[in-house]
Amino acid sequence: MMFLSLQHRDPMLKKRDDFEDMLEERRNSSDLRYALRCYTPVLYKGLAPCKASMLKSMVLQSDQLHHVIGQVSRETGRAADDVQEEASAILEEMAHCLQLSTVRFFAFTLSKVFKTLFRSICVNEEGIQRLQQAIQEHPVVLLPSHRSYMDFLLMSYILYTYDIALPVIAAGMDFMGMKFVGEMLRMSGAFFIRRSFGGDKLYWSVFSEYVKTMLKNGFAPVEFFLEGTRSRTSKSLTPKLGLLNIVMDPYLKGEVYDINVVPVSISYERILEEALYAREMLGVPKPKESTSGLFKARKVLSEDYGSIHVYFGQPVSVRSLAQGRVNRCQFNLVPRHIPRRPSEEIQSFVNDSAYRLVRAQEENMVLKPWVLLASLLLQNHHQDQTAGQKRGMVLEELTAQAVWLRDMFREYGAFLHWPDHVPPSEVVSSSLSLHRGLVRVCEGRVQLAVEQGFTVTPEEELLSQAVIVLSCASYRNQGLHVFLRPALLASAINAASSNLKQEVFNSFSFLRNMFSNEFILCPGATVQDFEEACYLLVKTGALQVTQQELLVTERGQRTVAFLTSMLDPFLQGYQVRETLYKMFSPCLVRLCFPGRLRYTEVLSSDLQKNSLAALLRLGAVQKIKA
Amino acid sequence: ECVEWEVTDGGGSEIMKWNGWGYSDSKFLFNKKGQAEFTGKRYRLSGMIIPGLKDWMEGTFGANLQHKTPATPLLTSSAVQPATLNKAFLEELKSTGIPFSHDAEDRVFRAHGHCLHEIFALREGKFGRVPDMVVWPNCHNDVVKIVELACKHNVCVIPYGGGTSVSSALECPPEETRSIVSLDTSQMNRILWIDEKNLTAHVEAGIVGQDLERLLNESGYCTGHEPDSMEFSSLGGWVATRASGMKKNIYGNIEDLVIHIRMVTPRGVIEKSCQGPRMSTGPDIHHFIMGSEGTLGVVTEVTMKIRPMPEYQKYGSVVFPNFEQGVACLREVAKQRCAPASIRLMDNEQFKFGHALKPQVSSIFTSFLDGLKTFYITKFKGFDPNRLCVATLLFEGDREKVLQHEKQVYDIAAKFGGLAAGEDNGQRGYMLTFVIAYLRDLGMDYYVIGESFETSVPWDRVLDICRNVKARIIQECKDKGVQFPPLSTCRVTQTYDTGACVYFYFAFNYRGLSDPVHVYEQVEHAAREEILANGGSLSHHHGVGKLRKEWMRDTVSNVGVGMLKSVKDYVDPDNIFGNRNLL
Repeated sequence: MMFLSLQHRDPMLKKRDDFEDMLEERRNSSDLRYALRCYTPVLYKGLAPCKASMLKSMVLQSDQLHHVIGQVSRETGRAADDVQEEASAILEEMAHCLQLSTVRFFAFTLSKVFKTLFRSICVNEEGIQRLQQAIQEHPVVLLPSHRSYMDFLLMSYILYTYDIALPVIAAGMDFMGMKFVGEMLRMSGAFFIRRSFGGDKLYWSVFSEYVKTMLKNGFAPVEFFLEGTRSRTSKSLTPKLGLLNIVMDPYLKGEVYDINVVPVSISYERILEEALYAREMLGVPKPKESTSGLFKARKVLSEDYGSIHVYFGQPVSVRSLAQGRVNRCQFNLVPRHIPRRPSEEIQSFVNDSAYRLVRAQEENMVLKPWVLLASLLLQNHHQDQTAGQKRGMVLEELTAQAVWLRDMFREYGAFLHWPDHVPPSEVVSSSLSLHRGLVRVCEGRVQLAVEQGFTVTPEEELLSQAVIVLSCASYRNQGLHVFLRPALLASAINAASSNLKQEVFNSFSFLRNMFSNEFILCPGATVQDFEEACYLLVKTGALQVTQQELLVTERGQRTVAFLTSMLDPFLQGYQVRETLYKMFSPCLVRLCFPGRLRYTEVLSSDLQKNSLAALLRLGAVQKIKA
Repeated sequence: ECVEWEVTDGGGSEIMKWNGWGYSDSKFLFNKKGQAEFTGKRYRLSGMIIPGLKDWMEGTFGANLQHKTPATPLLTSSAVQPATLNKAFLEELKSTGIPFSHDAEDRVFRAHGHCLHEIFALREGKFGRVPDMVVWPNCHNDVVKIVELACKHNVCVIPYGGGTSVSSALECPPEETRSIVSLDTSQMNRILWIDEKNLTAHVEAGIVGQDLERLLNESGYCTGHEPDSMEFSSLGGWVATRASGMKKNIYGNIEDLVIHIRMVTPRGVIEKSCQGPRMSTGPDIHHFIMGSEGTLGVVTEVTMKIRPMPEYQKYGSVVFPNFEQGVACLREVAKQRCAPASIRLMDNEQFKFGHALKPQVSSIFTSFLDGLKTFYITKFKGFDPNRLCVATLLFEGDREKVLQHEKQVYDIAAKFGGLAAGEDNGQRGYMLTFVIAYLRDLGMDYYVIGESFETSVPWDRVLDICRNVKARIIQECKDKGVQFPPLSTCRVTQTYDTGACVYFYFAFNYRGLSDPVHVYEQVEHAAREEILANGGSLSHHHGVGKLRKEWMRDTVSNVGVGMLKSVKDYVDPDNIFGNRNLL
């Protein structure tokens, strides 16, 4: 708990590093020379990097794999050689074959691409130095946030630039479908894992041994995405525990002294896949990854995607995470190479750690002014819809509100990049112009770029509106973690029948529990979250806490109203979900017409999926097998 | 071999240091020229100059000859708590004629073992709770009388053998309000008989290791039990702590050597009725006694296995390119069950330490040869001087077999990249065993404190535990504000079929720390936690004492503790043997 909760005490005190734009040098010197330059990264304990073939043979000769091969062979009656061959084939399909020449090729082409797409790629160099230090001390696991396909190429590109050992990256098998590209990625350090291999002991064993061998021997940092997949909504996803379990195992079993886990936060000012994601969430299926698809995506090259901020967080020692949480003696009585289900103690430890790490990612996400604007514009959009007012916000009003929100965000400890030396009106207008696909200024009013009256059918119109709304929502979501806890509290105050502390807490606890599939809320931390929320609202003068009661102050009304309406779309999403299940009528679109739904966001499959999971968890609905 | 034998007499205090290790005449010091020197005449190293030691101490610890921390030279009796005497007990004891004393010096001498905190306090002239008197029984019957009287008058008895404990076992519980009697067994030091037909010897338990061996050697026999403390530790102490000897591969550990034990308890005398080599008569009652750490009674007489003295002894050593290879070699040797009498593997830091303790070379030729050897190993064979490590070997038996055995072991070593590195290195390695304890006193003169501790661990864990515990020590020192990098090193000292005994050495320069002993204890505590978390045992042979008591429950389970408790409750319901070790 220590390292996060202490920071949370006063978010204003959070010290964060400065950024350097790494593209600047690329714009001023030869890309070719850069791609061919001498690359000599420091390694863990001065080890020599290991050939991919040697790595494979270490895995195939490992005790763990031998054990499982024997077991599978006994269970299935197949010859051990046969099983061994299968293991070898699995490994062949999985393993990376990192080649410096491919990396150099990427270094060259990505330089070109990045310079066209982005204004800057900002990296905290102190974080890089910490990483370099960490790599020499203990095996390192890199945990970047996942918002774009770009992420892992970007990571490798940065590490190459700073002369740091290139990571091996766990990638989903779907990439392999892209023939040429799949192999290119493999040669730049990706290894491929099947999306599901539930009961396949052999597969699991090869996979876990492969990852552990790389990690234990410190041949390369292991990189994977804790969220498992790209977040289409810019909200952090509930962490997946499989790989985290695997990489923590060598520490828990004493095979290494410690492991450094480095959360990396990659924030995009404009996400390449913006519209794609929105469509996907509306049920237009995800296009299959294909090489030709990638080329079609070329048109994205002609647009301006602003800047990227990559923040390498403080390395987290697994040893210190586990201190006092896990009794490592539990591995004393069974040979360590015999795979066992992790004990409950370990499962809950890994789960808690995962949440903590995702929160560490969230904390260092850089928020651009657009995040504030999108939040304000969305709220306004929803109000307009209901009230039937003139659409949009007056530019000056938007600017004024944005400044108000900026100050609040800062007080909540957000990592906000708002250029203070530029007049707010300029900040706002430059933000708006970067996102002109989503927003437009019309007669001095800023409105979401939802088309009206052009399309043939009302369904289509709704759909195209929803694309815009969902895209904006995803930008708003970037700031969710900042105000989530205060917003839950604000909603709880609204929902509670009195101001009594206990009552508010109960309603907070209910909301928090309901939304635990939706947002990153550490399991079992209800009290801490409640305290944190109170602390922030009190600190900003929005709330007074007495012995018994929580009272919203005069000037706090605005804050509370804002916070509550931030959560509203989600609340309604969950209500709809409930109603739907009562009505057995899955046709959502029709529901929207009579104006019964205020929030187009409710159409998001992500919200639907999460709410269904929550309702299942809470026992409000039951799964009946057909 | 390395020691000039001498019977240590009862009081011991004159020829032994009262606030450090071993003989008063033997110690390391820096002479006027600033060179390290080992005084006295008892050891091979005695009277020699050790040129490398100063640099090693300065380089390893950042120690400085200008910064001294000398010990309080004399024991001031007034600083010792006055004795709480039980008059009635004393009167009756007098009538038995058994010698006793309540002299402050005698009492202080028996109030401690050799844990760092114990010696550190003595050097500062600080004494905590000490025994109120010392008795010197002369035989089994004397002990029976003393224990009867102790029970009658409710006096606490703490048995004292050689005083080499490193588990706080000899410390008097500060909360003890009764009169504490230290029962010193040193006068019970005779071999009562030798049975050459069955190859056993019946020995009084107060005899110390070197005397036992010397006396048996006179008849052409030996026990072969050689713990590192054998110069000073006693047979009774070995039994009470489950001791282990360097040459256990041939002779076995104490539990393998003991045929019969007599122990005096508050309930009476416990012993078996015959000397059959093995029995199936329920749980072996010897195993209640061995490891009881003075909590149940006093071991008075022991029948032990003896062996004819070996015809031939040969030392040896092997250099490995790294520790991993060395451990793999030891594991293979254990697998083939061909371990020599002793085989030990030092890590790189310890190899360097051993190197620093090389005495001044007398001839140019030897120094030339040394240079050549170094060149061969590091340049020609490509060993990294910062990674290589050394195994020391001791072979025993008849000449032909020893040579054959030697070849077998060197052949295995070669498979793991090991190079034979000569007898001399091996012999020096074993000599260091005896002088290393003296070295701690030198360190303590210059702000350096340290200690060793041990564990036993399955083979597959050996490398992991060595790495992790060493790293933990370094990290803890850093976290606790130690200003200089510590020495954190280990060696594998015993091999078994399924695992090994590992020793850790740990020392640091404490300049700048206000409470160095506390820091030291915190680090050692953390290191023990690390050992346990890595599948190591609480102790291989040092015992639990009071130092490691807190982990007993986790080690042997609740039921286990309950079993031991119920034995204690039956044997000693009034806690006469109240040293509070173990449970």
